[in-house]
Amino acid sequence: MRDAQQLLTWVPRLRRYARALAGNRDDADDLVQDTLVRAWSKAALWRGVADMRAWLFGIMHNLHVDGARRPRLVTVALDAGVPEAPLAPAQDEGLALRDLQAALDRLPAEQKEVLLLVALEDMAYADVARTLGIPIGTVMSRLSRGRERLRAMVEAREAPQRLQVVRSRTP
Amino acid sequence: MTPIPPSPPVTEDELHAHVDGQLPAERQREVEAWLAGRPEEARRVAAYRAQKRELHALFDPVLDEPLPQRVRQAARAPVPWYARRLAAGLVLALLGGAAGWGLRGAVDGAVHGPGVPGAGLSEASSGFAARAAVAHAVYSADARRPVEVDAAHEEQLVAWLSKRMASPMHAPRLQALGYALEGGRLLPGGRGPVAQFMYRDAAAGRLTLYVSNELGDAGAGRLATPNAETAFRFAREGAVNVFYWVDGPFGYALAGDAGRETLARVGEEVYRQLAERP
Repeated sequence: MRDAQQLLTWVPRLRRYARALAGNRDDADDLVQDTLVRAWSKAALWRGVADMRAWLFGIMHNLHVDGARRPRLVTVALDAGVPEAPLAPAQDEGLALRDLQAALDRLPAEQKEVLLLVALEDMAYADVARTLGIPIGTVMSRLSRGRERLRAMVEAREAPQRLQVVRSRTP
Repeated sequence: MTPIPPSPPVTEDELHAHVDGQLPAERQREVEAWLAGRPEEARRVAAYRAQKRELHALFDPVLDEPLPQRVRQAARAPVPWYARRLAAGLVLALLGGAAGWGLRGAVDGAVHGPGVPGAGLSEASSGFAARAAVAHAVYSADARRPVEVDAAHEEQLVAWLSKRMASPMHAPRLQALGYALEGGRLLPGGRGPVAQFMYRDAAAGRLTLYVSNELGDAGAGRLATPNAETAFRFAREGAVNVFYWVDGPFGYALAGDAGRETLARVGEEVYRQLAERP
């Protein structure tokens, strides 16, 4: 089925975005799964959709906003028998990346969404506005605040480490 | 050398558009020239660029991961993945007899119900798993009266539960896995009665099977197609592990202190037995 093929091609990118948004694989795949189910329930609308990506990511955004409002029992899919692949390399660089992830998790959701759509999806600002249903001015202010906040958090984490290095070198 | 032509001041928005390559080429060059004389802003821009690079490094590996089966199914199927749990009325037929077939027909009729909330089932079924865990914790700890009707009166127990649940109930045989039926009881569920079967292993470890037929809302209005695959889910509520699955209006939850693998093995056996009943 061509529609199914078309949908399937978006799945890896939906998963990448969801993983960054949700912070772990199970919640992310719940979100992806719910998004796909919702997309199929609106399949009749597909022909009228000019920008499939904005449409799909928009569905995910709405579900994420809904889901974030009500706490759920944490569940784990059993077909996820494969251990979660470490996303980052294990060396120094990996450490920095984990810091980034921790900082990302502390970002307000609305800033995180804008930041991720721009950074990971390379979305044009106008498309971000359409996807999230917000004015472009709001996109820009959230992007600016999100980036600055993330930078501040990452730099604050790096600072004490540098100090330790300096001290260990002094006799 | 020509002096740098005066250009409009660079705004915060333009700085970001510069980072993201979303400026016209000419303006892009002007912003670069502007940054050359402003180390503070240049550092900020470099940090934002690094953020993008690192976000890609962190999350791009997801793109290459094999898709989990549930996601692949949801992407491919023109029916919601959980509707396929109806398993072509196979399980319904064995569980619900005529009632099950009747329901299947009703569900078959409703293709692509509009506005189906995707999160509905996860919420309904995780609430269900939580109730099963609580019921397990309350009754399995009861040394003197863990069940209302004991296994010596299994026939009466099953008849009684079937009547109150208005669906034929069965107590799966789990001796081969080391669990003997201890008995069962009727409990209040979210909206109606729920059946609980209790099993005990040689070390007096208890396992309960919690059966509800009130997940009807979650299953109703969806198309059923022949597909015997069931989404088994796992949840943990305090010290209790819960292995559960939904088959149309029926929800099953195995709860116990046993590990996830044991519960999965027992769960698959229960599922198999229910699927094999004529």
